[in-house]
Amino acid sequence: MRPRSIVPILYILFLMLPIYWLVAMSFKTTNEILGGFSLFPQEWTFDNYRTIFTDPTWYWGYFNSIIYVTMNTVISLLAALPAAYAFSRYSFLGDKHLFFWLLTNRMAPVAVFALPFFQLYSAVGLFDTHLAVALAHCLFNIPLAVWILEGFMSGIPRELDESAFVDGYSFPRFFTTIFVPTIKAGIGVTAFFLFMFSWVELLLAKTLTAVQAKPIAAVMTRTASSAGYELGLLAAAGVLTIIPGAIVIYFVRNYIAKGFALGRV
Amino acid sequence: MRTQNQRAWFFVLPVLVLVAFNALVPLMTVVNYSVQETFGDNRFFWHGLGWFEDVLRSERFHAALGRQVLFTFTILIIEVPLGVAIALTMPRKGFWVPVCLVLMSLPLLIPWNVVGAMWNIFTLPDIGLLGYFLNNVLGIDYNMTQSPVAAWVTVIVMDVWHWTSLVVLLAYAGLISIPEAYYQAAKIDAASNWAIFRYIQLPKMKRVLTIAILLRFMDSFNIYTEPFVLTGGGPGNSTTFLSIDLVKVALGQFDLGPAAAMSLIYFAFTLLVSWLFYTIMTKDEQ
Repeated sequence: MRPRSIVPILYILFLMLPIYWLVAMSFKTTNEILGGFSLFPQEWTFDNYRTIFTDPTWYWGYFNSIIYVTMNTVISLLAALPAAYAFSRYSFLGDKHLFFWLLTNRMAPVAVFALPFFQLYSAVGLFDTHLAVALAHCLFNIPLAVWILEGFMSGIPRELDESAFVDGYSFPRFFTTIFVPTIKAGIGVTAFFLFMFSWVELLLAKTLTAVQAKPIAAVMTRTASSAGYELGLLAAAGVLTIIPGAIVIYFVRNYIAKGFALGRV
Repeated sequence: MRTQNQRAWFFVLPVLVLVAFNALVPLMTVVNYSVQETFGDNRFFWHGLGWFEDVLRSERFHAALGRQVLFTFTILIIEVPLGVAIALTMPRKGFWVPVCLVLMSLPLLIPWNVVGAMWNIFTLPDIGLLGYFLNNVLGIDYNMTQSPVAAWVTVIVMDVWHWTSLVVLLAYAGLISIPEAYYQAAKIDAASNWAIFRYIQLPKMKRVLTIAILLRFMDSFNIYTEPFVLTGGGPGNSTTFLSIDLVKVALGQFDLGPAAAMSLIYFAFTLLVSWLFYTIMTKDEQ
């Protein structure tokens, strides 16, 4: 082991400490948590997890979150792919301004827009649907997707497009059978970021839903206030929100390193 | 050369429609509120730029903006050098690369309210791991709900915990795109580690670091959920950042006019700083 490895090791330890504490809490009984400090759970209990897996309000929270995050990732990618292609290959009237305008939408303070979003989505009759949250998250996810994908596409030589057209490929066929597979890594990295930002956002998701599409994070905040001090339950719910993210990272782990290197990000 | 092609607008159209629907309509609603006065009976009166003047003169806004700038500046000063240092010391190939990447990405994928709740549990004075350790092992009097200094330090450490990995990921991506030949050339010239960093690695990372700093600036300037869950803006107003203050005005007191004016000023400020920074950093490329 080289001495310089100490820096990443210490950093990862620092990252893991609060996560360890959350996991440890989730296996403790409420009495043990409030009774005093203990480094490990003294009497292991799975009650907290059992509550979550048997109560529909809880487990539907997870399904709701996963549904709208998946919808958002698909919508954002489908819309951003052609747009990123246009920005990387063509120059057209107002392209630079349009690109900067897209980026400015990431800067809008989401807290400010909560109320107008509620009014807008109520007016179009989408309030409390998964689609509403998926569409609302497009506000910050589509600009990001266009930005990352444009970088990857610009790294692909233009000769690829030209030779395909010379060979008689139509544009849609070229795009779907040649171009998209070529930037697979870029799409993987983009999907990772889209999933990440949609999964972690709570304010808009909470504002736009009431019962039918309530995200897990909203279930957690409501439980925290109504059920008093059920820290163990809260911790178990928190641990379960980390798992989908961990699965996604596992799938894109090779793309993150290689993918970034290809694109100019 | 890129082809001149006006049909490209059709390619951009879906993005344009989706983003415009989400951005322009709410923005116009906010602009609409910002120039009107209401007495809560759903009737609105033209108020001109009155709210903007009020907000710009209000000490409360100045205080929140001051706290916000201090917070964003502090976390950038810590996260960017730390992220670069970690990226430099990370392994470049082999088994440990994906392990490091996966473990380091974990905090990025935890919902923001869970991050707040997690740090709350972690720092509880008597039963939290950190809180217990500081109070009972090191003997430091640490209680976030009473001491503004403790609350500030906790919010900053939480943000470093949460977001440094983003800088690491981007800086690492920049580092591994440097061809091996550059390092060989540096070796032949017997360049010091510092020289390699200063003249090879740092210039190659400039672009990704620009993106990292921009993203961190924009997101930390809009920070809401994590400090809200962790401290609720307290003790007192000590960790009431701009977004928290805004939500208090808009939804707590239902003062839509001042809240809307405040948010437009806030948005304009973010836009201006981001644009200036972006222009300065990309000046050499044009």
